[in-house]
Amino acid sequence: MAPAAPRSGDAIFANVERVNAELFTLTYGAIVRQLLTDLEEVEEVNKQLDQMGYNIGIRLIDEFLAKSNVSRCVDFKETAEAIAKVGFKMFLGVTASVTNWDADGTSCSLVLEDNPLVDFVELPDTCQGLYYCNILSGVVRGALEMVSMKTEVTWIRDMLRGDDAYELQVKLLKQVPEEYPYKDDE
Amino acid sequence: MQFFGGSDISPLPPPPTASGNNAHMMYVFNKNGVCLLYREWNRSLRTLNAQQDHKLMFGLLFSLKSLTAKMDPTSVEKGNLGVPQLTGQGCSFHSFRTNTYKLSFMESPSGIKIILVTHPRTGDLRESLKYIYNLYVEYVVKNPLYSPGMPIRSELFNMTLDQYVRGLG
Repeated sequence: MAPAAPRSGDAIFANVERVNAELFTLTYGAIVRQLLTDLEEVEEVNKQLDQMGYNIGIRLIDEFLAKSNVSRCVDFKETAEAIAKVGFKMFLGVTASVTNWDADGTSCSLVLEDNPLVDFVELPDTCQGLYYCNILSGVVRGALEMVSMKTEVTWIRDMLRGDDAYELQVKLLKQVPEEYPYKDDE
Repeated sequence: MQFFGGSDISPLPPPPTASGNNAHMMYVFNKNGVCLLYREWNRSLRTLNAQQDHKLMFGLLFSLKSLTAKMDPTSVEKGNLGVPQLTGQGCSFHSFRTNTYKLSFMESPSGIKIILVTHPRTGDLRESLKYIYNLYVEYVVKNPLYSPGMPIRSELFNMTLDQYVRGLG
């Protein structure tokens, strides 16, 4: 029996359970609002959002792999395409485009025209250093770590700060091959 | 390699029953070798204690994967035996069969390995293992009380698994 072909983002998105987009946006907004009240420091909130995203990412990867049937990506280019076209579509309902590849193929940018997390959001003057969507950078980092890729994910452009799109830079630091976990003499 | 029940005279495998469980046991490992789940439905001989049994199973599969990838006649790379591979890269074996049982294996790119040991006349279980992986995602990964990397303690998951496995041919 031939293995099933990977499914497209649209096909999976049509089949998964969805929640109301406004509910999602407002819930996320409430979380960020609460974090700002609890932690007060904008840098702390950025770090906490990234950590929360990481914890989500390490679980999300299994759901992504199970539902989308993608096999191991041969190189980082394929990985970036899979995240942008299948991953974002499946979980957020929007696709991203992959641009700005560097010379070795280890760093690229995911550009999101449309971001469901930021509908109705405006950053006040007191929170100008806040990366509102930092949870996304944590999710991507966590998910890639579970498939043996150590990455660094940062926001380059952010519409809430006045840019014209959302651009997330994903840089591959190294691929970690599988190791035999037990010591030989045990 | 130690076979369960390895005597000189090979016993006849139990005839597959229409109802009742055809599967003998199941293991789920994560990429660090932690045995997340071990289910047993039908196993008459136990030679090792649970810890050693899990380590043996994990070690066996780790070596088999490495070996099958290196012996691949269609692959272009000439890696040396023992060079660590990325999870899921290269060709992957999916089952082996002896005269008394069949072992089916599936590994996800995130390192989750699902092993199902059944009677030898079982067909290709790849789709079933994918289904079990989906069950794992629904009942374990999405469970907020479950910490990744710990053994699974979910009654619901166990029940659903038992039901599903019972239905396998």
